[in-house]
Amino acid sequence: MRFTSTLLVALRALRRNTMRSMLTALGMIIGVAAVITMVSIGNGAKAQVEAQVAAMGQNLITVMPGSFSSGGSRGGYGSSTSLTPEDADAILADVKNIDGLSPEVRARKQILANGLNWSTNINGVGPDYPYVRNWPVASGSMFTDQEVKSLAKVCVIGKTVVDQVFPNEDPIGQTLRIGNLPFRILGVLSPKGFSLFGSDEDDVVLIPYTSHMRRVSRQTNISMIRIQAAEPENIASVKIAVEDLLTQRRRGREPDFNVRTQEELANAASANAKTMTGLLAGIAGVSLIVGGIGIMNIMLVSVTERTREIGIRLAIGAHGRDVLTQFLIEAILLSSLGGLIGVAVGVGGSQLLSHYNGWPVLVPTMWIGISAAGSAFVGIISGFYPAYKAAQLDPIDALRYE
Amino acid sequence: MSSPVVQIKDIHKIYESGEVPVHAVRGVSLDIHRGEFIALMGASGSGKSTLMNMLGCLDRQTKGTYLLDGIDIDKLDRNELADLRNQKLGFVFQGFNLLARTTALENVELPMLYGRHRKASSEEIRERALHCLEIVGLANRADHMPNQLSGGQQQRVAIARGLVNSPQVLLADEPTGNLDSKTSVEVMGVFQKLNDQGITIVMVTHELDVARYCKRNLILRDGVVVRDAPVDGRSIAAEEMLRIKQAETAAKLTTAAQH
Ligand SMILES: Nc1ncnc2c1ncn2[C@@H]1O[C@H](COP(=O)(O)OP(=O)(O)OP(=O)(O)O)[C@@H](O)[C@H]1O
Ligand SMILES: [Mg+2]
Repeated sequence: MRFTSTLLVALRALRRNTMRSMLTALGMIIGVAAVITMVSIGNGAKAQVEAQVAAMGQNLITVMPGSFSSGGSRGGYGSSTSLTPEDADAILADVKNIDGLSPEVRARKQILANGLNWSTNINGVGPDYPYVRNWPVASGSMFTDQEVKSLAKVCVIGKTVVDQVFPNEDPIGQTLRIGNLPFRILGVLSPKGFSLFGSDEDDVVLIPYTSHMRRVSRQTNISMIRIQAAEPENIASVKIAVEDLLTQRRRGREPDFNVRTQEELANAASANAKTMTGLLAGIAGVSLIVGGIGIMNIMLVSVTERTREIGIRLAIGAHGRDVLTQFLIEAILLSSLGGLIGVAVGVGGSQLLSHYNGWPVLVPTMWIGISAAGSAFVGIISGFYPAYKAAQLDPIDALRYE
Repeated sequence: MSSPVVQIKDIHKIYESGEVPVHAVRGVSLDIHRGEFIALMGASGSGKSTLMNMLGCLDRQTKGTYLLDGIDIDKLDRNELADLRNQKLGFVFQGFNLLARTTALENVELPMLYGRHRKASSEEIRERALHCLEIVGLANRADHMPNQLSGGQQQRVAIARGLVNSPQVLLADEPTGNLDSKTSVEVMGVFQKLNDQGITIVMVTHELDVARYCKRNLILRDGVVVRDAPVDGRSIAAEEMLRIKQAETAAKLTTAAQH
């Protein structure tokens, strides 16, 4: 009963100054809403990155030329003998527990078809490519080993290329020109969306890597080799086997290649996302602290401003503890109320952001709890000193206060 | 006769806060019995408020003893004093001291939210507060804020608040100080009614005619009681009120006739 009447007193005191109460809570609302929104954005980005890493394929191991991650000095382009198609063949022949493998050569070229121009990525790959990348051909078919061996002028195109060059027709069986070479379209890839690095994966024309090297880019090196290990537990051993094999093939020269597993890539990417989430949460946390200081400030001012009120309460029979509890409850009510509204605003704001900006947001339930508890805690911390000050007042002095 | 409700013996108050200590009350001894109605008078600065604050347990005496209802005030701590103020005393402040932006009813409920009444239900508290507003004739203004009430009405709300815990003694520091003479009579009427019901009242006033509504007059000079006498031919507020009303009606008639 003692607590209920103090609660009643605190509620009445808040109601007496609705405007001030609302403004005080506003600091908390903004702080908590900022935290929830920022964490939601960061979390959404992290989830998206993870989805994109998964979309690269399963049990994937990539071999890249150059030694960009071997610490210290970097070789720079051309300073190393790069990856060759023979490396890829050797891996396929010698390394066990491989489910699929595809070399990859890249170039950016103008294509012409159907009377329309389009600048796109021309990727030379092997027949396993759709399988390795977990990226099936939606209609038509992928080119075969035979077509790779014979340097055939055939291609499989991505969704964006279809939209740009064959807006209203079935592209399969038609011809598109890369430079002035005609390539017959065998199939269309299923839509893939954006890559980890923000590029449109569907803006692509796949051709046999042999045709790419001889006819389109006229180069002898390949850009990368993608390998799919048979089972997740094979990844490590395949990685080691590939490294050994390639080192052996280079006969004692400095390794000029780099073998990475998908997990390593994923870790790097989600570490980035985590840093970003942390940064955003940190910025938002500052506004939460500012909100808390706002509450403390208002409570301190209101202790001075309400000295007479406190004097009246003490003179009428309130104990110091009653006044302390009252001011503390006021601060906690203000901050928790602000916190709850802030959670609602933050969740709503996140949904709006994702709706209108298309940003991936993921409202973390844990952070809703953290914010609610945190705001109550801020209330206790920021309310305690002013409440203590109020409770220490002498009734006669407080009544004399002008 | 039963023992006095207030017994003070050679009480002193020295304010040490300024550069020179001020000896505001210099040895006052006083017995107040149940049912008394005392006016405390004296020039400005004579120590009336200081004495009242000590009687009201708001301030402690520097020297001397104060027994309230047989309890030695000096032996109580801060919280026990607060409980004593809550239960045995009603204080009507100079300048009302109502909570702003709080209805008359909630102002009157306030003392019941502290102390022993805390065990009562909110309905009981409300009922009791309304009853006290009725005593001072303001039941119909229960939902008004102080700034929607006249000075006399605010003073009556303050009196109702002082009454709500059925105190042994009602202390009022210049309850009519800010009021015009008609409203003063109104307030004195309330006091007389309460006193007739057996409540002990001590009030400070500067006005001789207000003091004449009381039963006993004390005059303070430089912190000592220089006169302590019963009132002969005491004024009765109800009669005075009637006379004022008649005068008003007469004035209205004459002004009406002039037009
Ligand atoms: N808090 C204080 N600190 C120092 N001196 C004080 C304090 N309060 C009152 N005094 C002094 O004590 C003396 C008595 O003051 P008190 O307020 O009791 O007078 P009063 O009789 O109530 O006067 P008034 O009729 O003007 O209200 C005065 O000289 C005053 O200056
Ligand atoms: Mg005074």
